Amino acid sequence: MDRNEQRKQQYRDYVEQVTPKHNLLKNMAGAFLTGGTICLLGQVILNFCKAQGLDPDVAGSWCSLLLVLGSVILTGFNLYPKIARFGGAGTLVPITGFANSVAAPAIEYQKEGQIFGIGCKIFTIAGPVILYGIITSWGLGLIYWAFGFLRG
Amino acid sequence: MEYIHAFWVGGLICALVQILLDRTKLMPGRVMVLLVCSGAVLGFLGIYEPLKAFAGAGAGVPLLGFGNTLYQGIRKAVDEEGFLGLFTGGFTASAAGISAALIFSYLASLVFQPKMKE
Repeated sequence: MDRNEQRKQQYRDYVEQVTPKHNLLKNMAGAFLTGGTICLLGQVILNFCKAQGLDPDVAGSWCSLLLVLGSVILTGFNLYPKIARFGGAGTLVPITGFANSVAAPAIEYQKEGQIFGIGCKIFTIAGPVILYGIITSWGLGLIYWAFGFLRG
Repeated sequence: MEYIHAFWVGGLICALVQILLDRTKLMPGRVMVLLVCSGAVLGFLGIYEPLKAFAGAGAGVPLLGFGNTLYQGIRKAVDEEGFLGLFTGGFTASAAGISAALIFSYLASLVFQPKMKE
């Protein structure tokens, strides 16, 4: 019994020892700088589009498009994971993180074929994100619609 | 000034999510889903558009902004088309981002080979 307890303790110590230590403040600083920089880049694109006389919605679409393109290219050259090691959530939270999560499995699983490789795996993260995003906004939209309907 | 606000607001959102990643066992995929859904709720509550007006890309680029875009798209479509808008607005508003991610990623899978994990 005692021996058993001792072994459990040893195991817990071992787990503690091999689990990578997170330095929260350092990680937060990395996330802040990286995420901030990506958003700043987005603002540069937005302002450039607005200077061309595009309306805000169209400018927003261009901004998404170009950030996604940049992220996919960086993912292809295997550079995005390197930035992610420093940036943590700063690379995950912006739309570039979404693009990375679409491109990475598409490239990774190409050997498994067009349908079950690329076709399925491309939606590994995108699928849940799109599904629950659509469901949530649909439900909220339903409330909005119902209020409008009742008000006449 | 726009650039500064975009930087610190966007950075702050990422730093807060970093706490979530480090202090909980949430996987990145779940965090992304959580962000998009939260963004839609914040949009519904009328909080996100003012934030976006203040921070620009700082609020638009994070996935919270993606959720907000979905909701705003649905709202706009409901105003224009009524009930049917519930089924068209979300994808219409997010079309550029989603299509770009899928198309560029597919093209990338033709061009790039998988890399060995280091």
